[in-house]
Formats: sequence, C-alpha cells, structure tokens
Amino acid sequence: MKITLNVNATPHDLELDPRTSLLDALRDHLDLTGSKKGCDHGQCGACTVLVNGRRINSCLALAVMHEGDEITTIEGVGTPDHLSPLQKAFIRHDGYQCGYCTPGQIMSATGMLNEVAEGWPSNVTADLEGDTDLTREELSERMSGNLCRCSAYPGIVAAIFDAAEEDRPGADQKSIEEKRVAAE
Amino acid sequence: MTEHLKMDKVQPRMLDETGQGAITVPMDRPEGRLKVAGQATYAAEYKAENMAYGVLVRATITKGQVTSIDEGSVTSLPGVLGVFATGKMPRSPAQGTAGAAPIQPEGRVDYFGQPIAVIVAESFEQARHAASNLKIAYEAETAETDPETASEIDVPDGQLLDQGDIEAAMSDAAFTVDATYTTPPHNSAAMEPHASLAEWHGDNLVLHGAYQMLKFNREELADSLGIDPEKVRIHSPYVGGGFGGKLGISQEAIAAAVAARELKRPVRVVMARQQVFEMTMRRTESRQRVRLAADKDGKITGLAHEDRVSNLPEEGFSEPTAVASHFLYGGENRFFRQEVARIHRTTAGSVRAPGEAIGQLALECAMDELAEKTGIDPVQLRIQNIPEKHPESGLPFSSNSLAQCLTDGAERFGWSERKGVGKRREGEWFVGMGVASAARTNILMESRARVTLNPDGTALVETDMTDIGTGTYAILGQIAAEMLGLPTEKVTVELGDTNLPGASGSGGSWGAASAGSSVFLGAKAIRSKIAKSLGCAPEELRLKDGIATGANNRRPLAELMSGPISEEGHIEPGTTMEEFAQSGFGAHFCEVGVNAVTGEVRVRRMLAVFAAGRILNEKTARSQGHGGMIWGIGSALTEAIEHDPRDGRIVNHDFAEYHMPVHLDVPDLDVMFVEELDDHSNPLQSKGIGELGLSGAGAAVANAIYNACGVRVRDYPATPDKIFPHLPE
Repeated sequence: MKITLNVNATPHDLELDPRTSLLDALRDHLDLTGSKKGCDHGQCGACTVLVNGRRINSCLALAVMHEGDEITTIEGVGTPDHLSPLQKAFIRHDGYQCGYCTPGQIMSATGMLNEVAEGWPSNVTADLEGDTDLTREELSERMSGNLCRCSAYPGIVAAIFDAAEEDRPGADQKSIEEKRVAAE
Repeated sequence: MTEHLKMDKVQPRMLDETGQGAITVPMDRPEGRLKVAGQATYAAEYKAENMAYGVLVRATITKGQVTSIDEGSVTSLPGVLGVFATGKMPRSPAQGTAGAAPIQPEGRVDYFGQPIAVIVAESFEQARHAASNLKIAYEAETAETDPETASEIDVPDGQLLDQGDIEAAMSDAAFTVDATYTTPPHNSAAMEPHASLAEWHGDNLVLHGAYQMLKFNREELADSLGIDPEKVRIHSPYVGGGFGGKLGISQEAIAAAVAARELKRPVRVVMARQQVFEMTMRRTESRQRVRLAADKDGKITGLAHEDRVSNLPEEGFSEPTAVASHFLYGGENRFFRQEVARIHRTTAGSVRAPGEAIGQLALECAMDELAEKTGIDPVQLRIQNIPEKHPESGLPFSSNSLAQCLTDGAERFGWSERKGVGKRREGEWFVGMGVASAARTNILMESRARVTLNPDGTALVETDMTDIGTGTYAILGQIAAEMLGLPTEKVTVELGDTNLPGASGSGGSWGAASAGSSVFLGAKAIRSKIAKSLGCAPEELRLKDGIATGANNRRPLAELMSGPISEEGHIEPGTTMEEFAQSGFGAHFCEVGVNAVTGEVRVRRMLAVFAAGRILNEKTARSQGHGGMIWGIGSALTEAIEHDPRDGRIVNHDFAEYHMPVHLDVPDLDVMFVEELDDHSNPLQSKGIGELGLSGAGAAVANAIYNACGVRVRDYPATPDKIFPHLPE
C-alpha cells in the first residue's frame, strides 16, 4: 500500500507490503540503515527511533501505522562531519565497541533525557510527584532496554552524563570544555 | 618485499625507542564517527541490484532424517522464488580456524532448530511468511539430549593428565576441598545477527558477511560450495560483535551463496535472533569436580580438575575447562580428565574465553573454599601458591605478574575492610567482598599485513584482519604511526576484505598481537628503506612527525622518497611459544549486596587488575576489560540457556528470556593495568586482553556472595532461588 513517511523532516512516498515493520521500511526501503535490527522482537533496543519526540522500538511498529508522524533516526541526529554533543561524547568515552547497538543507545538516550526533563518518573524514582534527577540509578534504569553485548555500559553512562551536563539549561559551556581538555 | 619474522627469540623493544607517542595512549577509535552516526556498514546493510531475500527454515525434530520437502506448499505463495540449499546446507557452523567445510548432512537432522533449507522471495516479508508455511516430513529417531545420562562418552587424550598421586595427596593433606560445580550453556549473543549477502560475478563469489576470521572463512565457504578459494571474496569491514559466535562460516552464508548461484541474482540471508540461538554455537554446559589438597600452611600439594562437557557427534571441539588450572597454582600431584557426552543439542563451540570462562568459575570458587578451610586470606592463599614455573611442563613463564595484580588490587579495592562471612549488614542487604585470579593463555598466530608510506606523510595499513569491536582499527593505526613517526590521523587502516593480505583473524585474544606484529614488521621494513635513503643504519634512524633523523642528517620524508614505499609484514609463531608458558594474568575484586528478603544479588562495585604485556591503546583495552567483567557478572548471576528436557530444544532463544546484563546490572567498574612487557610473546611485547577480563570475573562475584551471606552457590548462575532458601535468619 502507498504511504508517506516523514523521516528526519523529509517526506518519503513509499509503496509497502503492509507487513513491513517501521524498521525494515527505514533500512530496506529508505536506505537508512543506522537503525539496527538486533532481535526484531523489541527486546534489545538497537532499532530505537523517535516518533513525535518519543522513543520507540521501530521493529515493533508497522510502517503503515506511522503515516503523518515525525520520525527521527540516527541519521537525523548528526552526520560524521556534524555530530551532536551526545554522539561526540560516545566517541570520547568509548561508549561502544562493535558499534551495532550504538545508534539505538544514542536515540534512546536522546529520548530518555527529554523524559527526565519533562519530569516523567521511572521504576526507581522514589517520589512520583516531585522533580526527577538524573542519578546514576535513574539513568541505568531508563537505559536498560538498550542491550550492549560488548558491554560498553560504563562508557555509555559516562557519555550520557557528559552530554547531559553540556545540554543543561544555563550550563557554562566554557568551563565544561576546559574541564574536558584538562581531563584528556 | 616481505619482512618475515618467526618468533624464535626475544626481539628488541623497539616501541620503547620510537618516540612518536602514538602507542599505548588512549586514542579514540578512528571509525567512531561512522559508528555513532549510523554510517558504519554491517553485512545486512549492503544492497545489490535485483537482490532477493532468504529466510532459513529449521528442523522441528531433534534427530532423524528429512524424508521430503513439499516445495509446492510455498512456491505458489506471492513472491516466492524457490527453496534452496537442501543438499549443501551445513549442520553447524565451522569451528574456529577449521579452514574446511562443516559437515553437510544431506537431510540428516541432529538437533532441534538445525537449518534445513532457505526460502527465497522478492521481499523479506514474503520469504518470512513462506518459511513459516514450508511443509517438511521427517522420519524421527529417539535422541539423547541429556549429558548426564548420555550413553556415548568420549575421553579426549589431550585433556588427560595424571602426575604424581592425587589420591595420596588428598588423603595426606591437612586441608582438602572436593567440590563439584555446574555451569549452564551460554550464547555469544552478539548484537548483530549472522547475515550474508551473496553476489556472483560469473564464477566468482563476493560475500558481504559478518565474520571474525576471513582467511579461514574463505576456505570454509569455498570448500562448502566445492569451488576454488581464489574465486571467493569475503568482505566484513564492520562486524557487530563476535565473541566466538562468528569464528567459522555459518549456515546463512552457504545458503545465500547456493541460492544466489541458482537464481542468478544476489541473495541476502539474515538469521532471526531465535535462529542465532538455535543454529550457531553455544557454550557447552559443564559439570566440574575440583579437588585441592593443601598442607598445614596452605601450600597446595595436589590439584585435580575433571569435567563433563558435551557436543554433537563428530564435532572435534570440546571446551577445555581446565586449561588455566594446569598452571595457575602449584602442587606436585595433579590430575585432569575430561568427558565429552555426545548428545543432540545445538552445536557446542567457542564462546568468549572457551575453557577459562567456566573453568575459573569452578577453580577460583574452590580456592575460596580452601581459603575458608585454612583460615588464610584468599588473596594471600593465591599469592603463596603461584608456581615459579609451569607445574607440569617445567617451562618458565614468559611473564607472570599475578602476585602484583592481587597485591595492587587488594590495596586499591580496600580489601582489608573485608569482614567475616555474614558480618556486614546494611539495612536489608548482606554485603560482602570476593576475589578471584584471572588467567588466559596467550597465543601468537600467523598474520600478514601490507603497510604503505606515502611521500606526503600519510600511510595505509591493509589486511584482511577484522575489527569486531575490539579496537583493531585504532591499534593497527597506532602501531604504524608509532613505527613510521607519523601522527595517528595520518594513517588509514583498511580491514575486512580477503583481497588484502591474510591475517590471524579475531579470536583467541590473539588478534592484536598477531595482526599488530605484522603491521610492525611491514613498517619496520619501510624504516630500513628510509634509513638507507638517509644514509644511516636502521637502528640509528629516528622518525618523528614526518621527519627522519640519523647519521647527523635530518630530512623530511618527502625528500627521501621518490614514491610510495609498500612493504608486507609476516609474523609466524616460533619456539618462544614452545619454550615459555605464556598467559595473561589478572585479579578481580567484587563487592555485592545480597538481599536478605529476596535473595537477589546486586553487584555494587568491581575492580580488575590486568597484566597483559604492553597495552596498545589504554582506552580500547579498558573497554575490553569492562566487557569481560560484565560478561562475568552475567555468567555469575543471570545467563543460562535452558534446554527442554524432552527434546533438547533451546526454550529461551531470545533476549527476553536469555538474561544478559543490562545497564542497571552494572555498577561503576574500575580497571588497572600492571606495567609489564612480555619479551617472549611477540615483537610488540603485548599479550591478549579480550578474554582475560572474563576469566575469573564471575567467581569473584560468587565468592563475594559467600562472604556476604554464607551461601555457597556451586550451580551457576546464582539466581535468587538458589540463595534465598539458605539465607541466615
């Protein structure tokens, strides 16, 4: 069937088998292979994309369900020559090894930081009504849907904290950069 | 020209002299920009014009014969192009470094989930649908699937050793441990499923695959298809994790190649995650009996390590659980024996640190039990039993810094704060600390690489070596940069293509040492040519930042070169591997909380200290350490393949049910490297690190559980049901 998918702010007209998952539409029909297929069952998070700003497992969605939605993939976050702060932080902290789960980790972290900023509680949030702080436990709980068999978790956690600090409203970018240079 | 070195004698420590400052430093991975932007291209991401999609169909019996495949049940479905590969389909992937076709059983079934055929269609959705509809008839036979009751048991000669008198040692000892440990099967579970795109150009095959050892994989694929290896090219520049699971050619590659040949169009076959669990290698389950005999001072006088593992009939591999037990600790009376039960479960093969990974879960737990009995601190007990030389062969160690790993680690971790068993309680948590030694045999393999230096001060490294996440792109570039006196960003590394010089491949923790040595040798040959142009002896030459200095001469490279200089490096293992016992060593320290209400274990912090010779990149080496430690957490606490007792099938064949560690299972980890150079290992003085981090890690977790709450789990993984009933009031 004919559908239009809005991916990374570009509309794409497609003719798809209705059984096509959003992930396969991206990978096989739009050549956006940054979203990875690790399990095709919503169990690993490698296929994470943003739909209208919210993170989802694109392998668990049919492409035809997302006509009219704003879909953001890793390709829309940053290119090798123009990386986002989070992508740069993953490189600095070696938040990957083989790189296969990496786009999903970055997309998931992007969505997760928005959820925290909006005050969404998680399974480990003590006070469901109050503000949400991005503690180590909160970060790990909220990222636990993204598996990494190389087990680069320490680097991923460090990268997300690093980028979150840089992204914080009113953050002193100069002192962050100075600290970073000193650390290296 | 080829610079060849057979590692027969100690080589000069050239990387200490070169002075560029490119080696060891924690350089970011050069391919990182592509990976974080989703632009690194993995096997399933190549496309070919007119490509068709294949889906594998699996056996739904455990043992027997396929009597018919009803192709008519699917050929009328939309888009279906055919059913292929039934005759060539291998039973199992090739074992690591096989270099020959795996068994192609022609319709015989030996385990539940074995691939039978591939269905190819115009689209993935069509092929997947057809695969679920293919009717296969079988003549089923009774199958043995339980290693404990199997009637066919092999005792491999290579795993037998009887030195001194272990029975006498046990009966004369002041202290003994005689304990049996069991470990479950594991899956490598790399995040990228096995995937191949096969394209024929006349008689020549190009395969975009996800493989660890291309030189061997090419031979395996060609042999499986009955063609000349020269006609096969395998391309794997990025591999989404391996961990042993992609050592040998596997079924999807052969299926894609056969189907593509018959259809005369490119075919891509990607395994579903469930198929990765069922068809590719699993780590065997094991039952291990460890006996330790010690005198009144805690000196070990006898050590025995016996096991039962399993594999399919006719598979040559059996996991050597006792591999490091042969040399970690002394004791003159020693006994080793392995039994391999021939059963019909998914093929057993190499999963990260085959042998050490589960052998040290047993031995290092037994050492903790011996420490408890003798009343000697577990760190001290280990240190005092480190042998001067290999306790069986009598060979000297090439280097053995285990004592320093234990001592430095104990100090850094705050081991002296460790309390007695069950003595530290924080709210509803019992808290305890554990320690374990790590050892992983060090190996050098034949490897080749071509290094090209250009007059503009750039260089190119080319080899069919792979980077499966291990950091190969980084370290090979660093070695070339260090040797050629160039900034690392001036060196480009091309990997993963069998058109390039054949490397060791990634496996056995030998990749960095072997492929790295070949790059070192190629660059060394280039240095000789530069020295000649400059008019100095090679040993006088200094190369730094594109400037050559020597014999009172100082010239930019461009002035010394009339064109690019290209040299091949070729390393081969030699007598240093026979004359020295070589191993990486380490020590793991772990603090856990055991919940007094639920029996749940949480790892609170962990430290590993590694002695692995020269560290080639501190950043990627640290990540390898982290990876191993986290695998250790998984093997200690959660990971287990469950086989259905009725038919041997894997019932938890996906990530929801096979529990690998996730973010919340992993606390802050600390890694330290001991300064060490191993002169006998290779010209880089390095040792393998990819598997060392896993060896012993899980035992440190289990020993911490015992220290926390007094429950000794000998049946891994230590899930709450094995702890909770035994908790103190």
